[in-house]
Amino acid sequence: MFEIVKKEWLHEVIFLIEIKAPQIAKKIRAGNFLVLRMREGAERLPITVAEFDRKKGTLTCIIQVIGQSTKLLSTLEKGDFIQDVVGPLGKPTEVEKYGIVGIVSGGLGIPLANLVAKEMKEAGNTVIGMVGARTEDLLVWEDEMSQYCEEMRYCTDDGSKGLKGFTTHLLENAIEELKKEGKKFDVIFTVGPTIMMKFVTQITKKHNIPTIASLNPIMVDGTGMCGACRVTIDGKIQFACVDGPEFDAHKVDFDELLNRLDQYKKYEKTALDKYNKEHGCGGKHK
Amino acid sequence: MTEEPKKRVHKRSEKTPKKTSMKEQKPMDRIKNYLEVPFGYTEAEAVLEAERCLHCRRAFCQEGCPVDINIPGFIDAILQKDFKNGIKIIKETNVLPAICGRVCPQESQCEAACLLGKKEGWEPVAIGRLERFLADWERERGRTTPEVAKSTGKKIAIVGSGPAGLVAAADLARLGHKVTLFEAFHKGGGVLIYGIPEFRLPKAILAEEIETLEQMGVEIKYNTVIGLTYSLDDLFEMGYDSIFLGTGAGLPRYLGIPGESLNGVYFANEFLTRANLMEAYKFPDGSDTPVNIGKKVVTIGAGNVAMDCARTALRLGAEKSYIVYRRSIAEAPARGEEIHHAQDEGVDFNCLSSPLGIMGDEKNNVIGLECQECELGEPDESGRCRPLPIDGACFDIECDTLIIAIGQRPNPLIARNTPELETHKWGGVIVNEETGETSIPGVYAGGDIVTGAATVILAMGAGRTAAIAMHEYVMNKK
Ligand SMILES: Cc1cc2nc3c(=O)[nH]c(=O)nc-3n(C[C@H](O)[C@H](O)[C@H](O)COP(=O)(O)OP(=O)(O)OC[C@H]3O[C@@H](n4cnc5c(N)ncnc54)[C@H](O)[C@@H]3O)c2cc1C
Ligand SMILES: Cc1cc2nc3c(=O)[nH]c(=O)nc-3n(C[C@H](O)[C@H](O)[C@H](O)COP(=O)(O)OP(=O)(O)OC[C@H]3O[C@@H](n4cnc5c(N)ncnc54)[C@H](O)[C@@H]3O)c2cc1C
Ligand code: SF4
Ligand code: SF4
Ligand code: FES
Repeated sequence: MFEIVKKEWLHEVIFLIEIKAPQIAKKIRAGNFLVLRMREGAERLPITVAEFDRKKGTLTCIIQVIGQSTKLLSTLEKGDFIQDVVGPLGKPTEVEKYGIVGIVSGGLGIPLANLVAKEMKEAGNTVIGMVGARTEDLLVWEDEMSQYCEEMRYCTDDGSKGLKGFTTHLLENAIEELKKEGKKFDVIFTVGPTIMMKFVTQITKKHNIPTIASLNPIMVDGTGMCGACRVTIDGKIQFACVDGPEFDAHKVDFDELLNRLDQYKKYEKTALDKYNKEHGCGGKHK
Repeated sequence: MTEEPKKRVHKRSEKTPKKTSMKEQKPMDRIKNYLEVPFGYTEAEAVLEAERCLHCRRAFCQEGCPVDINIPGFIDAILQKDFKNGIKIIKETNVLPAICGRVCPQESQCEAACLLGKKEGWEPVAIGRLERFLADWERERGRTTPEVAKSTGKKIAIVGSGPAGLVAAADLARLGHKVTLFEAFHKGGGVLIYGIPEFRLPKAILAEEIETLEQMGVEIKYNTVIGLTYSLDDLFEMGYDSIFLGTGAGLPRYLGIPGESLNGVYFANEFLTRANLMEAYKFPDGSDTPVNIGKKVVTIGAGNVAMDCARTALRLGAEKSYIVYRRSIAEAPARGEEIHHAQDEGVDFNCLSSPLGIMGDEKNNVIGLECQECELGEPDESGRCRPLPIDGACFDIECDTLIIAIGQRPNPLIARNTPELETHKWGGVIVNEETGETSIPGVYAGGDIVTGAATVILAMGAGRTAAIAMHEYVMNKK
């Protein structure tokens, strides 16, 4: 059993939890993730660690309520327990001194990229953050990541903050501006919705910028035994939970990944409808 | 006792040629539930079956059992209706008889060696069913916790709670060591919990075994992935004197044909983990984990894993369940009983059919499998006849779920994070076969992680071998 020592709503559908898990906190690195199982009968839910405190032995996760499992997690409060927490899973990010590192993240991008930005900066890189969301409210936790970034660039679909448009526009602009100064990105790290990563990768391919994508396929065990998370990298099957979740983005078959993410649509709806019927609609204002 | 003890009869002429049949759920009923298929012998049936034994002077049956159970001894005890003694005899060498009696491939082990079955038209003594009978007899009467020796003050770490780890843990706990069992999953049992379905091995049996271990003082730490949560060095630093690796063969093999990542295509491990460990058969009431099951399900392979998938598919609501296998049924590696049960339940066997490619629609959903018809050629290295393609003979099977069940390789996680641990090219951990010792002093290994996918009883045997060597190692360690 793992205690939730802090819980905070950052937005109507986004919340933060701090979980007490000293051994995992000791080992966690940027790029790693956890698998949570809230109670008997619950799904195994993969979640990234956004921040940690080795001294306190805690892990901070930021979660967006999407379907049944994330909703269930959102009902737990400070002092409640999560039945199972496994980690640190996956390979840590390959952090080295690249030079100029661009981080392109969307959706719940900031929490997912926070530790990568931190470690990249600590390794002596100049980090430029390019983050986007549908609207300003969804850009949670920007102060955290700003600490590690030389510069933060924002975009929103509705123009409520930063550029009106997508992260791909931010990226293209940044590439052009650097070019004018005679510079270039040495590496791009991208995380967020798969469709966004696909388009980001098309741009970086065109400009020949090495790119790391943190993939988020559907997972079951998260330890490399089931193959649910398989992705095709350079024509070969790889398991994102143990061989990744970060891969050379130029080699990822994004279309296949997009398809595989939709496999359980009808079941997810069944589960969510049932949950809503029994527990109300959840979220911050349930 | 009111009855006379039974006499031992040595003559074949006084025996019946066929096994005493075991009652089971009817195929049309059982494919609608998840309950165990065979009911097990009653006392009378067990004694009747025990009467078939020839009481051979040389116990061929025992030679066929990988853990050397005194089979004539326990059969004799059944004959004398001394069931208590019978189970005691088994437990001298096999701590998990309720499991082995159900899942051991008896027809290639003890029962293959039984003299009674050596004559044309005769079946061997149903050793497995008798073993199961005794184990269940004991379970129904409430089992006792084995005695534990005085504490030695030594600490042992067991990694993986499959049959190899369970047996090593039990043996070492009994010798007085402080044993901690580390398991990556949220439940113990390894393949016994995530792979083998409830209708073949009720989970309650496993739960009891694990409870017994805990009563013996074994601490179980779930959700702990060794190699990630703790390294082997961490374990030594924490004061463990010796480590056993029983992490199994959990890495799915795949075919390398087009279409393996289409939606609706599963590796057996995922399909079974969803169905068993995550209990997807209860979705959405009681389990939040779904499994995508179509009307027509194809399973590729013919081992135990494949039979479990094909039969689970029926229980999850598939209208049609097919097996596609490239050799003939005689070559199929599954237990005979599983093949018969699958056939009775209406699983459609397409043997001598080799998969060429998986077909999908424009939305990337699987719609069928293209197969190549084969004929049997000369035996290959494995001793089984090699399937040879018949020119031009191809056919398609329509399906909306496809399961790849062609084997597993050793779990690579620990080796990957422990460079000093020597492994074969194919992934198996290299050990001294007599002791289970690996290339790292104090670290032992056994079960599927060493042999590649094998059997429950071999994994248990390996757990025991290592436990003996580990005991010696820690007791002699300064
Ligand atoms: C390595 C990894 C790290 C992640 N980190 C975070 C995180 O830090 N914060 C966070 O909010 N979310 C994170 N996710 C995504 C999170 O796991 C999914 O949102 C969650 O599984 C959805 O479950 P649900 O039952 O609430 O919704 P569901 O009803 O199961 O899913 C709704 C939709 O979400 C998508 N989805 C389903 N399962 C997954 C999955 N395992 N991964 C990605 N998308 C999925 C599908 O497109 C699906 O149609 C991560 C996923 C992975 C694989
Ligand atoms: C579906 C199926 C049906 C089968 N049917 C039969 C049958 O009828 N008869 C028969 O004899 N055999 C059968 N087998 C084979 C048999 O189950 C295996 O040979 C046996 O379970 C191997 O035991 P093991 O202890 O070596 O490993 P496993 O049973 O595989 O257990 C390994 C355990 O280690 C855990 N683990 C792995 N890595 C780590 C890590 N890094 N840290 C912590 N824990 C870890 C795993 O989660 C797992 O619980 C079947 C196998 C399958 C998959
Ligand atoms: S353990 Fe297996 S091989 Fe040995 S007697 Fe029992 S069923 Fe036969
Ligand atoms: S070989 Fe068969 S008949 Fe002979 S003792 Fe063993 S079980 Fe009995
Ligand atoms: S989630 Fe099962 S292998 Fe990756």
